[in-house]
Amino acid sequence: MTDKTMTPEDVVSRLRSGMTLGIGGWGSRRKPMALVRALLRSDITDLTVISYGGPDVGLLAAAGRIRTLVAAFATLDSIPLEPHFRAARQRGAFELREVDEAMFMWGLHAAANRLPFLPVRAGLGSDVMRVNPGLKTVTSPYEDGETFVAMPALRMDAALVHLHRADRLGNGQYLGPDPYFDDLFCEAADSAYVSCERLVDDFATAVPQTLLVKRHAVTGVVEAPNGAHFTSCAPDYGRDEPFQKLYATTPWPQFAERFLSGDEKAYRSAVESWHEEQQ
Amino acid sequence: MKPTSTTTRAEYCAIACADAWLDGGEVLASPMGLIPSIGARLAKRTFSPDLLLTDGEAMIVGLDGAVEGWLPYRQHLTMVTGGRRHVMMGASQLDRFGNQNISCIGDWQQPARQLLGVRGAPVNTLNNPVSYWVPKHSKRVFVPRVDMVSGVGYDSAAAAGPSATRFHRIPRVVSDLGVLDFETADHAMRLASVHPGVTVEEVQEATGFPLVLPDEVPRTREPTATELRLIRTVIDPDGLREREVPAV
Repeated sequence: MTDKTMTPEDVVSRLRSGMTLGIGGWGSRRKPMALVRALLRSDITDLTVISYGGPDVGLLAAAGRIRTLVAAFATLDSIPLEPHFRAARQRGAFELREVDEAMFMWGLHAAANRLPFLPVRAGLGSDVMRVNPGLKTVTSPYEDGETFVAMPALRMDAALVHLHRADRLGNGQYLGPDPYFDDLFCEAADSAYVSCERLVDDFATAVPQTLLVKRHAVTGVVEAPNGAHFTSCAPDYGRDEPFQKLYATTPWPQFAERFLSGDEKAYRSAVESWHEEQQ
Repeated sequence: MKPTSTTTRAEYCAIACADAWLDGGEVLASPMGLIPSIGARLAKRTFSPDLLLTDGEAMIVGLDGAVEGWLPYRQHLTMVTGGRRHVMMGASQLDRFGNQNISCIGDWQQPARQLLGVRGAPVNTLNNPVSYWVPKHSKRVFVPRVDMVSGVGYDSAAAAGPSATRFHRIPRVVSDLGVLDFETADHAMRLASVHPGVTVEEVQEATGFPLVLPDEVPRTREPTATELRLIRTVIDPDGLREREVPAV
């Protein structure tokens, strides 16, 4: 069977400017940061990014790679407001399609099920309808006759997610408390790339319910230890809070210069030496 | 009732938050912020023992933190739409009919201050009871009209039709000055009680629109001796509550 292992650079070589890109995880939790960093090293831009936003959104926004963002929020969790997302919004750097987080979920479900939309009792009466003039409503064909928002499918060209374990075929396992929506991201995308903490030979001894992502929905697998850094990847590791604080308080050019100008290995050693300086 | 002179403002706030979950039944209490968390735990320890609590991540936990269930985001969203939840959210802005904003300040196209985004406020407000906690009652928060309707207020729900109003309910707003509700003919915000030591004028002065004022505004109820003991010795022994709402 097909060995789908590849490097972060291989993944990025399959992406193009102008694509619609889904990014898994939630807030500052289990974000495919190694893949996002590889993306930042390329000249890919003009992206439509679909994300339960965290520093993935902040990094891409700060670097000017986002044309349109589809999101319900962007947060660093322990730091409630994502500073680079905020700064970019306040200078009008990209277009926002702001939807509610349940609408977002139904958009993923619709895309994964090849439906144009799904009805949802959310959005009505809120300014989500005002700021998304393209959103339409749908009337129940049954006796109740209720009106709902028809949440359009969030179909994407490619999805990036980070899981704890994966095999070479593209099956992915999560070991943390929450699957987030990573399986849906993969199923909602024309191609999906799974980075993982560790490649394994098989899942013979795995708890079945942890096997979240199935290989038919995966195009490529990347072994990326610490690949969610500095977001949390419990139980393998927690969030690197001091480093996240540094990210949130350092002017972007300075942060990018020190941590993002080299490859993933250079990133890791830059993070390590920064931590040593803090001792 | 004679006020317990030693009861602090923060404790009145915690009591007023706890009362939001009175008669809640077997629902998920989703408190956002410290004082609402104290309130939810107090409610569960006393008059609403069937409440479900989360650990803020993916677990449903008891008062001692012991796990009793699993609630990842996708199931949490189902619980929201199923209605078996009463959330107490924060609000950067709140208006006369209970519209809430946590998205941004200023023009949405290019905001003066970008905040969180609407998060789950639109789905919450249309599907399960939503109360609000405002730790610092001021005209900056209580505004004539919010800049971005995130949580849906009574007037907005009514304008959107029966699907929006079917499960819509905003039971109360608790602030450091008092308790507000929408128990009026047109669901305009009413001052339901003032915390002891606060005057009605003070609340109106800190509010950016006219409040509905009953002839006599009652005082927020006193905690029982048991409630006070629970707050002080069991739920918040380190007194973190006094930092969120300082003594006046």
